[in-house]
Amino acid sequence: MAIEVRLPTVLRPAAGGQANVSVEGETIGEILKALAKDFPGLGTQVLSLDGSLHRFVNVYLNDDDVRYLDQLDTKVIEGDVISILPAVAGGSN
Amino acid sequence: MLIISQMFLDEMIAHAIREYPLEACGLISGEKDLVKGFYKTRNDAASARIYTVNPLDYLKADRDAEKNGASIIGVVHSHTHSDAYPSPTDVAQAPDPAWHYILVSLKHTDPILRSFTIIDGNIVEESVVRLNC
Repeated sequence: MAIEVRLPTVLRPAAGGQANVSVEGETIGEILKALAKDFPGLGTQVLSLDGSLHRFVNVYLNDDDVRYLDQLDTKVIEGDVISILPAVAGGSN
Repeated sequence: MLIISQMFLDEMIAHAIREYPLEACGLISGEKDLVKGFYKTRNDAASARIYTVNPLDYLKADRDAEKNGASIIGVVHSHTHSDAYPSPTDVAQAPDPAWHYILVSLKHTDPILRSFTIIDGNIVEESVVRLNC
C-alpha cells in the first residue's frame, strides 16, 4: 500500500527536491525505513542509529503525532498522509 | 534578503508584545526571499527564555502554505530581554539552512526586528525590504 509522505523544506534536497513522495508500507516504521532506503541522506535525519524516531523530528499521521499513537508501530490505511516536520525551537536562553 | 509586507512585520511585533513576558514564536511562508504569509504559533515551552513551536500549529501552517503554493521559509521569535540577534541556542537548533530567522527584541522601549540566515553555525544578517501592503 502506497502512502503519501510530506517532506519539510529541509529534507527535500535529500529527496531530489520533492515535497511529497509515495512510499510503500503498513506501519509508520516500515514507511520511514523504506523512505530511508530510497533516500539514504534523508533517513539519517529522521531515524536514529538505533532505528527510533529522531528526537528533533515530529511525525504526524494525518492530524496526530505518532508519539501519542503507537509510535513506529502505528498502522496506516489507504488515504492516510504522513507529515514529517523538524522540531523548531530556540530562544534567548 | 527578506522581502515582506509592513503588515506582517506589524503582526509579528504585536504578537511578541501580546505574548510578553513569554517568548513569542511563529512561522513565515513564501518562496525563497518573498514572504507570503505569517502564522502565529503557540510556544510549547511557555518560557521567557526559550521557545518551541507547537508542532500541530506548524503542521497546519505547512498545509495552508502548500495550499497557497508556498512553503514554510522561516521562523520568527522574540527575545524579551536581549538583543535581536540569534543566541547560541538559536544557532544550535536552527533546523534549516535555507530558512530566514527573524528576531524581535523587546529589550528597549521600541521593538527591534532583524532577520538572519544561519548556515553551518554562521550567522549572517540580511536586509529586510518592506513592502507597503
